[in-house]
Formats: sequence, structure tokens, C-alpha cells
Amino acid sequence: MARLVVLGGGVAGHTAATFAADWLGKEHEVVVVTPNAKWNWIPSNIWVGVGEMTKEDVTFDLAPVYAKAGITYKQAKAVSINPEGSATSDKPFVTVEYTGQGKAGQSEEVTYDYLINATGPKLNFGATPGLGEGSQLGEHTVSVCTADHAEHAAEELEKIMDKMRKGERQKILIGTGHGMCTCQGAAFEYIFNVEHEIRKAGLRDMADIKWISNESFMGDFGMGGLHMKVGGYVVSSRIFTESLFAERGVDYITGAHVNRVEKGKVSYELLDGSSGEESFDFSMLIPPFAGVGLKAYNKAGEDITDTVFAPNGFMKVDADYTPKAYEEWKASDWPRKYQNPTYKNVFAAGIAFAPPHIISKPMKSPNGTVINPTPPRTGMPSGIIGKAVAHSICDLIKKGPNAHLHEASMAEMGAACVASAGKGWLDGTAAAMTVYPVVPDFEKYPGTGRDTDYTFGEIGLAGHWIKHILHYLFMYKAKLKMGWTMIPE
Amino acid sequence: MAVKEEEFNFAKNDKFHTAMIPGKFARMMRTCKLWQFIRFIIINIKMLIVVSKSH
Repeated sequence: MARLVVLGGGVAGHTAATFAADWLGKEHEVVVVTPNAKWNWIPSNIWVGVGEMTKEDVTFDLAPVYAKAGITYKQAKAVSINPEGSATSDKPFVTVEYTGQGKAGQSEEVTYDYLINATGPKLNFGATPGLGEGSQLGEHTVSVCTADHAEHAAEELEKIMDKMRKGERQKILIGTGHGMCTCQGAAFEYIFNVEHEIRKAGLRDMADIKWISNESFMGDFGMGGLHMKVGGYVVSSRIFTESLFAERGVDYITGAHVNRVEKGKVSYELLDGSSGEESFDFSMLIPPFAGVGLKAYNKAGEDITDTVFAPNGFMKVDADYTPKAYEEWKASDWPRKYQNPTYKNVFAAGIAFAPPHIISKPMKSPNGTVINPTPPRTGMPSGIIGKAVAHSICDLIKKGPNAHLHEASMAEMGAACVASAGKGWLDGTAAAMTVYPVVPDFEKYPGTGRDTDYTFGEIGLAGHWIKHILHYLFMYKAKLKMGWTMIPE
Repeated sequence: MAVKEEEFNFAKNDKFHTAMIPGKFARMMRTCKLWQFIRFIIINIKMLIVVSKSH
């Protein structure tokens, strides 16, 4: 019997663990280690954040689902990896610390034959003074990164809407809380959902809404922007995005590194080296992401974290990490198999793998401050990578060490993205976009880096219907209900 | 003469002045149930093609 241990129960980890359990059957063991008791469909958190959904609508208990799937579930956080075992045993293991199941605080060594690191990100609020401490959200702003955060955001939003009802004008600031954030899409969705709710309540004239982002131009989205076919034209996502902001009367600041958050005020530095301040009554700022801080030790107990992980805490895989100028970046730099180059039975999936470089053009202010988005690896790419890695490991277990490893390069995969701009079955809208491939390949597509036959976007009610249906579809799939394997990632 | 809805934001901000803002017809089509049902089918087909090319 082989044991596969999956660290993390998010989109990548849950997908990998559930498919592996399905493919391996009862002959082998799949263990999931996640500090969370509940699974969260994160894309719907923005609707919790405006009070249109509840926390319960976007989460469910993991324990019964894993019990049904025959997966051993440990509600714990991984602390370190010993990929060579210890002085007394050659068996590799992970040290975990329980966060629930009546064993909170207890440590355990979980041995493995294969390991998938799908821990996702550490929400690094502490990177910006005043935004928070470590991974804890601070008191001045709100967040929609977790269902709890989103619930709190909805309460705070309701408070400022009450003030507007009483005739008090309010300033709203939404965007990224650091120069190296990713996930602009979530902030983009949130700002337009907030705007939609305020307009629906008849209070739009009482709110000044502003976007602040580390993107060097509107519509970069951490992917260097994209060009899509709209109305017979090939159009930059910049035009598409600026159009929506202008239509909805939402002002914006781009190329901003938020370097301090205080009560009702943020300070920022811009790409031109200038600095500024922005006051607010309500602010949602996405934190930058970092690796969760896993350590690695060799057989002698020596720290080998630098061998297994990149400096940002994400796990090294089969990418080309050679430092190169932007002009020399290639699609082939991106990993295909997500296998750690030193320890072949260790894989990483989703946000946990270290990208070879960013996707957007690197930018620095004259003061040397790095201000550019880091690459998105959430949603559909996370699920596809998780499934490919699970497939590889199942083949290694069943067919032996020479089995073919499955590939899922982000430079060869597309992504479907539906960004909500307001919820409502009859009056909601969302930007429905596809991008192919996620990482541009200028050798294959010399013009825009992407295939414009498969890269498109449009805004409308149909996009909202799709996003809303996807909510139910992915909750259904994650609960492993009948036919779940038929639903694509 | 009243300002048209689609032209309302142009004067509000220099950045908006150069943006493409949809007119009344384009806005109406965004929430026109029949047209959006057709778009729903088309977008789903396009997305399924991208999904199938990505696996």
C-alpha cells in the first residue's frame, strides 16, 4: 500500500486528493492535511462581502466529504518536510500541527510515499505596515480572501451604507495593498459589486469609489494584459477595463505600491517615483501572497529549505529558474510536471509552486521599489494542475517509477474567468473572459502572445448567469456528489 | 438639454474622457434576456472549447 499525502484542501489540493482517492481505490491511502475544517468556494466570497450570500452558502464541512471518499483527513497545518526521512528511518515524512479534531496544538509525523504541496498562499498582510500582522488582517481595512473576512466586509459595508442613508458622503477605496500583489481579479469583482449594491440602494450619488492597483495599466490582471476579439476588433484588456470604470464612474490609480495603511488613510508610491495619500471611509485591499513558510530538513536534520523552496516560500518544481531579462522569457520556462527537481516523489500544485518569473512586464519606481503584479495561479489552472499531478502520482504508484508524468503547462493551457460586476438574475452583469494560453507564448503567437480565436471577453447578464451556475456546479463537485468526476475543472 | 446617460461620466474625470463608454443600445443589450440567453449559449460553447484544449 502506498500513501499519498496532500498538504492543503483548496482548489488544487482538494481536486488532487479527491481524484487520487477515486483512481487509487482502497488499495492505497490518500491523506489530506489542511488547517481548515471547511472547504470554501473562494470566487463567491465577493458576494458574501456585499451581503448577497452567507458564509454558509460558500463553505461546507470537509470531514463528511473526505469520510465518504475514503480519504484520511487531518485538520492540521504542515510545519516541515523531511524528504529523506530521519536519522532512524529512511521513510520521508511531514511534521504537522493539529488545529482541530480535539488535538489542537499536538504534533505528528505523517510518513508518505508521495507528497503534493498544495498549501496555497500565506495571506501576507504583514508585508504592508498597518494592513495587518503576519497573516492576520488589520483593523483599518477589510478583505474578501476568506469567508470570515468577507462576512466582516459585508458588515462594514452596511455601516457605511447606513451613513450614506443619513446623508453622509463616503469614500470607498478598493484594490491591492502592496506593490507585489496578485489576485487583482477578486478586487475588481468586489469594487463593481460594491458599486452595484450602492447603486441598487439608490445611494450612488453619496459614494466616491476609487480603485488602487499595482498593475502598471488597467486590465493587466497579472497576466501582462490580454488582447481579445470584441466586435470584430482585437482589443487590449486596457480598453475593455477602462471602459467599465468610466461607465460606472469609478476613478482609478495604477502602478501603486501601498506602503502604509492607517485609520482612514493609505500612503502609496507610484511607478514614476512620486508618492501620495488617499483617504477612505471603507477600504478592501488584497494582501500580497507568500509561501506558507514550510521548512525542509535532510536526514541529518540540517535545514534544506533553500533547496526545496524558492526565497518567496513557494516550492521549486520543474521550471527554469535561471534569472533572465524580460526579453528572454519564454513559455518553456514554465513548469510542465510540477515535480520537485531534488525529491522526485514531491510535487507542488496551485499557488504553492514557485513560478519561474512573473508574467507582466517587470516594473520598478526610480526609487527601486518593485511594483508589478505576481502571476495568478488560482481557479481553473489550479484545478487542472492538481488533477494532472494526481494523475502522475497514481500512474507512478500503479505502473512504477518509469510511468509517464502528466503535463499541464500554464503556457499551454487556457483559463475561463468570469468576473462579476454585480449580482442579480435579471440585472446582474459579469465580464466573461477566456484567455489562451494563460502565459503568453510569443514564439507561437508572435502578435499578442495568445490565440485571439480563443481569447475573448464580453460583459453582460449571461456572464452573471454563468458565474452563478458555476457557484452551484463547483460546490456540487467539491462535495463529490453523483457525477462529480464529469464536471471539468 | 439633458445629458445622455452614456455621456454623463465623460466630463467627470480626464481619464474617462478618452475611454470607450457604451451607449444606450449596448447597455440595453447587456441585460436583454433573449439576447443574453443566446450569448449564454455562445459563451458556454467558447469556454468549453478552451477547457477542452486545456486538459
